Amino acid sequence: MNKTQSTTDPSIETAVEIGQLSYRQLIWRRFRKNRMGVISGAVLILFYVIAIGADFFAPYHYNEIKMRLRHVPPQRLHFSFEDGFYVYGLKSVRNPESLELEFTRDMTQRHSVEFFFKDAEDKRHFFSSAGPMFLLGTDRMGRDLLSRIMYGARVSMTLGLVGVFLSIVLGSILGTISGYWGGWVDNLIQRVIEILSAFPDIPLWMALGAALPPGWSSIQIYFGITVILSIIRWGGLARQVRGKVLAYRESDFVMAARAAGAGHWHIITKHLMPGCYSHIIVIATLAIPGMILGETALSFLGLGIRPPMTSWGVLLEEAQRVTVLLHYPWLIFPAVPVLVVVIAFNFLGDALRDAADPYSD
Amino acid sequence: MWKRYLIWISGFVRGNFGESFEYKREVNELIWDRIAFTLLISIGSLIFTYIVAIPLGIYSATHQYEWSDHFLTFLSFVGMSIPAFLLALSLMVFAFDIFGVPLFGLFSAYYEGAPWTFGKLNDLIKHLWIPVIVVGINGTASLMRIMRGNLLDVLGQPFVQTARAKGLKEIVVVAKHAVRIAINPLISILGMSLPGILSGSAIVSIVLGLPTVGPILLNSLLNEDIYLAGTLIMMLSLLLVIGNLIADIALAWVDPRIRYE
Repeated sequence: MNKTQSTTDPSIETAVEIGQLSYRQLIWRRFRKNRMGVISGAVLILFYVIAIGADFFAPYHYNEIKMRLRHVPPQRLHFSFEDGFYVYGLKSVRNPESLELEFTRDMTQRHSVEFFFKDAEDKRHFFSSAGPMFLLGTDRMGRDLLSRIMYGARVSMTLGLVGVFLSIVLGSILGTISGYWGGWVDNLIQRVIEILSAFPDIPLWMALGAALPPGWSSIQIYFGITVILSIIRWGGLARQVRGKVLAYRESDFVMAARAAGAGHWHIITKHLMPGCYSHIIVIATLAIPGMILGETALSFLGLGIRPPMTSWGVLLEEAQRVTVLLHYPWLIFPAVPVLVVVIAFNFLGDALRDAADPYSD
Repeated sequence: MWKRYLIWISGFVRGNFGESFEYKREVNELIWDRIAFTLLISIGSLIFTYIVAIPLGIYSATHQYEWSDHFLTFLSFVGMSIPAFLLALSLMVFAFDIFGVPLFGLFSAYYEGAPWTFGKLNDLIKHLWIPVIVVGINGTASLMRIMRGNLLDVLGQPFVQTARAKGLKEIVVVAKHAVRIAINPLISILGMSLPGILSGSAIVSIVLGLPTVGPILLNSLLNEDIYLAGTLIMMLSLLLVIGNLIADIALAWVDPRIRYE
């Protein structure tokens, strides 16, 4: 894919030079050429920076409730040279039929948007405003959707990482054991993986999510969900690692190591595992979107992350009903970061897969 | 706890699934037509997936690196990434905006609960296409990528070159020689794509309010209706195992080289 011309000086691309580059440099060199992969990587880094620094980047705290400002539609950001960035004020009108407050722009008021804004509690925000400023609108409790999306990224984006990390640990240990020792151990592990893969994942996740005790704290729920997601997904990874280990086990360099008197541990950690690293990273990258979507789906159904903790799935749960969505269409907006992140991970994984095999064409 | 499970599971084998606490009825009465609708939607999406993905994959492979291939590639990435429930939700909002009718459920209000007639069947088919497409989209996208990759591999092989050297038309080379081989792995993938389709149909049904296993499963889980939930999950897994078996048999039938010793 995306075979673009190399931007580096063609003279270094000689065979001699390539022979001097390390494996890692070769991968990096190849990855750099994949435009979509690099863009996706940059997008993901940006998202993670915002997620980690949500306290600073979000204009409000995610649970800052303003009952008088419920379901405010997104406000346009304006710019003029005198005032800098500003939003218009809000004017509320009670709808005579539904008796709901409806908000429109009040052109007479202007709230300027300040960068490095200091709020009442003396905390700095990247940008915020003294007046109401909801660039993506508010939800049914008057909470700023943009801030909630930024805080939600913390849960949604790290949950995928932690879940994949757990399944990597589980998958590579069991996969290595399975491939290295073979025999009945291999048989047992393979049958367990087959049984696990015989379950349709969302219904099983739903069942396990529903089984989490209602009294758990947010953090416990978070880890509970991660464990649930990774318990079902480690099988595929273990299979791939096993395949690699099986291929390497009979190779000459392992034979040589064994003849030289190396122990099992040494052979596994020093000779077998390094060959699997690039492979594992690729599979992990491609597994993260599945986890993010799993969390989103679970929370969307009300079986995953529970309020007051927030995640993209929790935010989308509010948009579940069509009637709500028709009145307040901006509530669907948390779907955008979900899509962007998942697509970016898919492109990144694809680019890494192409790059991980630097000796091929 | 485990004793109760043993009693339930031994009844399960004999077809006695216990009683639902929530509905105060035998689980047996509740699930069968829901399973039938689940099967209907799943098989429908499976057919949709293969009918759409194979031609697109072939087109993409024969036009490699042209803009249409890049476009299809991008589209398939988006298709793989979009969660089914979001697609269902946005489709429903769009449909409401355009037609002004909620696309909720599988039947119009008029036919709900009516006995089976041609009119009802017609009505079912009118409602069925949305869930079928929504459930099928994810699978279609990934299947298309696989078909493209397979066909590209096959097109690079010597026998294809021989066929071309014989002076066969390109369309004959692709259709008769290459696609025939490239399609084999797709059949073994059939078994692997089943969990995704069953999962997808469960969650899409919840959003669209379809009378399949999904909504009743969610309900039973939220109400801790364990016998009903247990039976439903067991049934879904059973469907999956049977589907895998069928896929394996189909593969052995299509490709006579595969034999179990």
